[in-house]
Amino acid sequence: MHELSLSSAIVDTVIRHARGRRVSTVHLQLGALRQVVPASLEFYFGVVSRDTVCEGAALELDLIAALMGCGECGTEWDPAPDPLHEGDPAMMLPQFRCPACGAAGAEVLAGNELLVDSIDVEDDGPGDVGPPLPSHSPNSLMTGG
Amino acid sequence: MHQTKVKVAEDALDANTTIANANRHDFDHAGVAVVNLMSAPGAGKTTLLERALEARGDVRIGVLEGDVQGSFDADRLSALHVPVVQVNTGNGFGGECHLDANMVRSGLGDLDLHELDLLIVENVGNLVCPAEFRIGEDAKAMICSVTEGEDKPLKYPLMFRSCELVVINKTDLLPHLDFDVERLIANIDRINPEAEVMQLSARTGEGTERFNEWLFAIAERRPRDAAAVEA
Repeated sequence: MHELSLSSAIVDTVIRHARGRRVSTVHLQLGALRQVVPASLEFYFGVVSRDTVCEGAALELDLIAALMGCGECGTEWDPAPDPLHEGDPAMMLPQFRCPACGAAGAEVLAGNELLVDSIDVEDDGPGDVGPPLPSHSPNSLMTGG
Repeated sequence: MHQTKVKVAEDALDANTTIANANRHDFDHAGVAVVNLMSAPGAGKTTLLERALEARGDVRIGVLEGDVQGSFDADRLSALHVPVVQVNTGNGFGGECHLDANMVRSGLGDLDLHELDLLIVENVGNLVCPAEFRIGEDAKAMICSVTEGEDKPLKYPLMFRSCELVVINKTDLLPHLDFDVERLIANIDRINPEAEVMQLSARTGEGTERFNEWLFAIAERRPRDAAAVEA
C-alpha cells in the first residue's frame, strides 16, 4: 500500500528535474529492503503521474538485492530467505542477525535504494533549462499515501 | 525532438528528508526530544500514552496526534492536561495513511516547543507507510499487540527494522489466546536483532513502568546546547 506514497515521491522528484520537459522513461534503483511490490509501484506511478510531465512515462526498475555486512566478523550476506535451503525451516525466513557469529547491528550495504537514477526527457532545443527546482517547492510537499 | 538522458541520482524521499531536517533543527533549538510512536490500528497507542501521561511527573510532554479523520484520540489525551495538537491527514490524496515530515511541521505551529521536554508523535495506525517517512524524531517505537499474530515482523520488516523499541501490548489477554510470545520475540530478533522488546498491558498497567522509563529517558537526549541556553 505504501507504493502510492512512494510513487508520489518519485513523480515529485522527477518533475523537479524535468523542468517542464516531457519524460519518457524514469530509471529507478529499488532495493529489496524497501518492501515494494514492483507491479503495484508501476500501477500507482501511472495513476500519480497523470496530468504531469510524467504521464505515460515508463518506469524502469533496477532491482537491487539486499546485502548485510557484519561489523564484528566481516561476513556479508543476503538477509532474504534462501530457497536453496528448502529443507531447513530456519533458512526459509529472513535473517538480519549475522549467520556466522550471531552479532546484531549489521550494516545495510545494499537494498535500501529508492533512488531516481536518471530520466529520459524529450528535448526540443539546445537551451539550458537550468538546475532542478529546489525540493521545497510546493509540488514536492505532496506525498500521497 | 530528441531524447536526452538527465542524471538525477536523488533519493525519492529527499524532499521529505529536507523537511525532517528542518523539524529536527526546530526541535534542537527548543531543546525538545521527539518520539515517533507507530503501530497497526487498534494496537493500543493511545491507551499506552494515557498510562505514560498519568505517570509523567515533572517531564513536560506534548502530543502530536495523527489520524486520517476525527480527534477522538486527541480528546482522550487532552483530558490529561497536556498540550495536544491534532493533525488530520484526510485532506491529502485519498486520505494519507501516515504522517510525513511536512504534515508534522504543519502541526508544530500550534505547540510551544520551548515549553516541552518531550514531544510524542502518535502516528496514523498503519504498519507500512509510517516506516518510510522520517519526521525529525529522536527515536521510533512501535507497538504490536498479542491479538495481531506472531508473524507480523516477517510480514512488515520495514516497520520492525525502523524501530529501536518494540512494545508487545495486551499481554493480559494471553490466557485467552493461542499466541506464542516466544515465537513473536524470535521473529522480531530475526528482523531487528538490535531492537529492545518489552511486554506489557496498557489496560491493566502491568509492565508499563518500563515503557515509561524508556520514554522519559528519551527526553534526556535533548541536545546539550539547548540545555545550556535554559541554564
